[in-house]
Amino acid sequence: MDLIVFWVTAPISVGAAALMLLQRNAVHAALLLVLNQFTLAVFFVLLDAHFLAAVQVIVYAGAIMVLFLFVIMLLGVDREEVLRERIRGQRPLAVFLGVLMVAELVLAVRLGVGLLGSAVPPMAQPQGNVRAVAEALFTRYVFPFEVTSVLLIVAAIGAMVLARRKARGIPEEAAP
Amino acid sequence: MRTPIGYFLVLSGLLFSIGSVGVLVRRNALVIFMSIELQLNAVNLALIAFSRRLGEVDGQILAFFSMVVAAAEVVVGLAIIVAIFQRRRTANVDDASVLRW
Amino acid sequence: MIEKLWLAPALPLAGAVLLLLFGRPLRRVAGGLAAALVGGSFVVALLALRDVLASPEEARLVVVELFDWISAGSLIAPVEMRVDALSMVMVTMVTGVAFLIHMYSMDYMHGDPRYPRFFAYMNLFVASMLILVLANNFVLLFVGWEGVGLCSYLLISFWFERKPAADAGKKAFIVTRIGDTLMLIGVFLIFATFGSVRFDDVFPAASGLAEGTATAIALLLFAGAVGKSAQVPLHTWLPDAMEGPTPVSALIHAATMVTAGVYLVVRTHTIFEASPDALFVVAVVGAVTAVYAATSALGQDDLKRVLAYSTISQLGLMFLAAGVGAYAIAIFHLITHAFFKALMFLGAGSVMHATDGEIDMTRLGGLRRSMPVTTTLFILGGLALAGIPLFAGFFSKDQILAAANEAGYGGLSIVALVVSGLTALYVTRATLLTFFGRPRHQLHPHESPVLMTVPMALLGVGAAFGGLLGLSATTGRLHTFLSPMFAGPHTPGMEVSALRAAPLFSEGALVATAVAAALVGIVLGWVVYGDRLVDWTALRVRMGWLHTTLARGWYLDDVYGALLVMPGKAASAFLAYVFDQRVIDGAVNGVGLAVSRLAGAGRRVQSGLVRTYALGFLLGAVALLVFVLVRT
Repeated sequence: MDLIVFWVTAPISVGAAALMLLQRNAVHAALLLVLNQFTLAVFFVLLDAHFLAAVQVIVYAGAIMVLFLFVIMLLGVDREEVLRERIRGQRPLAVFLGVLMVAELVLAVRLGVGLLGSAVPPMAQPQGNVRAVAEALFTRYVFPFEVTSVLLIVAAIGAMVLARRKARGIPEEAAP
Repeated sequence: MRTPIGYFLVLSGLLFSIGSVGVLVRRNALVIFMSIELQLNAVNLALIAFSRRLGEVDGQILAFFSMVVAAAEVVVGLAIIVAIFQRRRTANVDDASVLRW
Repeated sequence: MIEKLWLAPALPLAGAVLLLLFGRPLRRVAGGLAAALVGGSFVVALLALRDVLASPEEARLVVVELFDWISAGSLIAPVEMRVDALSMVMVTMVTGVAFLIHMYSMDYMHGDPRYPRFFAYMNLFVASMLILVLANNFVLLFVGWEGVGLCSYLLISFWFERKPAADAGKKAFIVTRIGDTLMLIGVFLIFATFGSVRFDDVFPAASGLAEGTATAIALLLFAGAVGKSAQVPLHTWLPDAMEGPTPVSALIHAATMVTAGVYLVVRTHTIFEASPDALFVVAVVGAVTAVYAATSALGQDDLKRVLAYSTISQLGLMFLAAGVGAYAIAIFHLITHAFFKALMFLGAGSVMHATDGEIDMTRLGGLRRSMPVTTTLFILGGLALAGIPLFAGFFSKDQILAAANEAGYGGLSIVALVVSGLTALYVTRATLLTFFGRPRHQLHPHESPVLMTVPMALLGVGAAFGGLLGLSATTGRLHTFLSPMFAGPHTPGMEVSALRAAPLFSEGALVATAVAAALVGIVLGWVVYGDRLVDWTALRVRMGWLHTTLARGWYLDDVYGALLVMPGKAASAFLAYVFDQRVIDGAVNGVGLAVSRLAGAGRRVQSGLVRTYALGFLLGAVALLVFVLVRT
């Protein structure tokens, strides 16, 4: 059963990712990425990480990508991108390296976990995944948790400052 | 029959490579950024796969934090791109070559 | 005064330093000061001579060690003074003649912009020459040797703005350098063989030398003498040295520096006697040089060059004497020659002073009417040079002939006879062309001032009466003074040499023949150049080839030029323009260029393009992965 889901979803995932590369329109690319992230959420479920699947959809696909789309629209960069590559050898080299990368990673997996084996018993989550995550998060990882919250605030402030200072046409006002 | 972890890992590697190629090949700053996000996603997948393999939830926690930081990073990164765009009216990274020799 | 003889070189040395440092303020008195200092040296020399003469014969060698100089391991060379008959004779002659010439120069060099500098160099020269003859070890002698060489260079090219003068100075220095280097090697060999460079260690032990070593050392030392005394083949610098001021020619290139070679051979005679072959070489070189130079003198048009070749010729005779073992006679001739040759040079200077520098005899003539004193004195010197009886040169030259004859080298005495004849001939030619006949010029010459004529006159006294010093080879004053120095287990001429034979002439026949040769030369000269019987200008044109050959010294100088100078210059030009510019500069610049190009290639990495950098990242990541995978 899992396998079927996997083998249906995996091509979609890879396909979306690959297509994203080839899109001339940035909005199209963004949407394809969203699709890819949905498929990832499916995979998370397959891997018994239900909480994260939800977070993936809500935060990643729902917030971050929407932010991306906002900016794309704001800046009007949905125009078509020129196709001709100006740096010599960039494309072939990039593809070559990409292929090499894949090969290496496959090899790594083979050497490590093994490509086919390692079907494992279900995870020990007696009370569900959310509970397990929560237990770990608020006990052992509470400090990084708090720190990341600070990080988010800092990021928000930083973004405001950045966007504000260099904005043309916006009169300098006192900070609110 | 559960899927072998290996499949997920290979998939993760594949997505990661596609993301890398995307960073190299595209000229639009936003699309490059999106490729980076793809890479991050691929890594998250790998983390969760390992977490499943080891039977512990720590991998998922790590992936969680990765998402949080990715969010923060996207915020700041996009702000920068906006700022650059408003200065130069272009989102083409090749045009930002002032640090040339 | 013997212990204080070091004052003799010290006074002019002080004078040199003083005049070099304070030439400007001392300008007016520079000449007088220099002359006075040398005069002081002369007085010191006379007093010392008196003391030496007063002491008994056995006590006549005095070594005064002045101070420690070199004391490096087994090489010990203090500054030490050797006072014996030979050095006293040299010191007295050098200081006396130098004093007269300094006096002469006060008027001759009057008005020269570098007047004080001239006297500084002259004083320095006198000091160096005295160091040379007073030294008691080879190192100190070499110091003096080099010193006179330096001063010769400085003084020959005194008027260095003139290219011929500058070139002549360089030529003198370089040519004598060849001899100096060989001589230095000889000194090394001496040190290696004897373990010491001091005369007191070397000379007594010289008789025990293996003949091969002795020959080597002797010939090397002789090479230095050949250079310094302008013998063939290192003679080419002396005629050119006439570019220098005439007092310089008189002092350095007639009386003193060029005689240093003769002094050296005489001083080191014990080493030469250990190698009869070396002595023979000395005699032959002397003889060959004498006749070569006498013929060349015949072809010169420049009066000073006649005198220069004449000096070379007479020095050859001195070496001939030394080579047959007649050391005292060689020194005797050295002394008499100093008198009359310096006199003749000063006479030439007097002529130049009067004719505003013209010294080409073909453009002179008839000067005796306006310069009677100079003419008389010049003729006096000429008679002495030609060996006319009763003048100084007669005695010394005849003794050389006799010595060569008695030693069994009859052939060499015949050569010397020929030289006598030629000498008389070229002297007559020079005198007649310069002072007699119808004037070939438009000049208004005048007699020279007192300060120039008095020294000439004093030298003339020497030329006339110098013979009194050595009337006979055995009983002459000079000879008896010197001969104890040369007595020893090796009596000259006793060694067997291949060409030795019984004396060819009886003594009387020799003297008569010599005088006859001189008279023949004079008569012939008068016939050709006397302006009455033969038109010498036409003869000169007819025999132009002969004249040119003689004038150019049988083209020896040109041979050197082609064989040595031209290749040398070519090599220098190659090194300077091709090798230095292309290879060396090319290498240096090339390094810079290579670095620059390398950097140029390197900086292209900084393209400023983000995507290229990203490519770099990925490349690195892939590589790292490979590395990690390979290790596991």
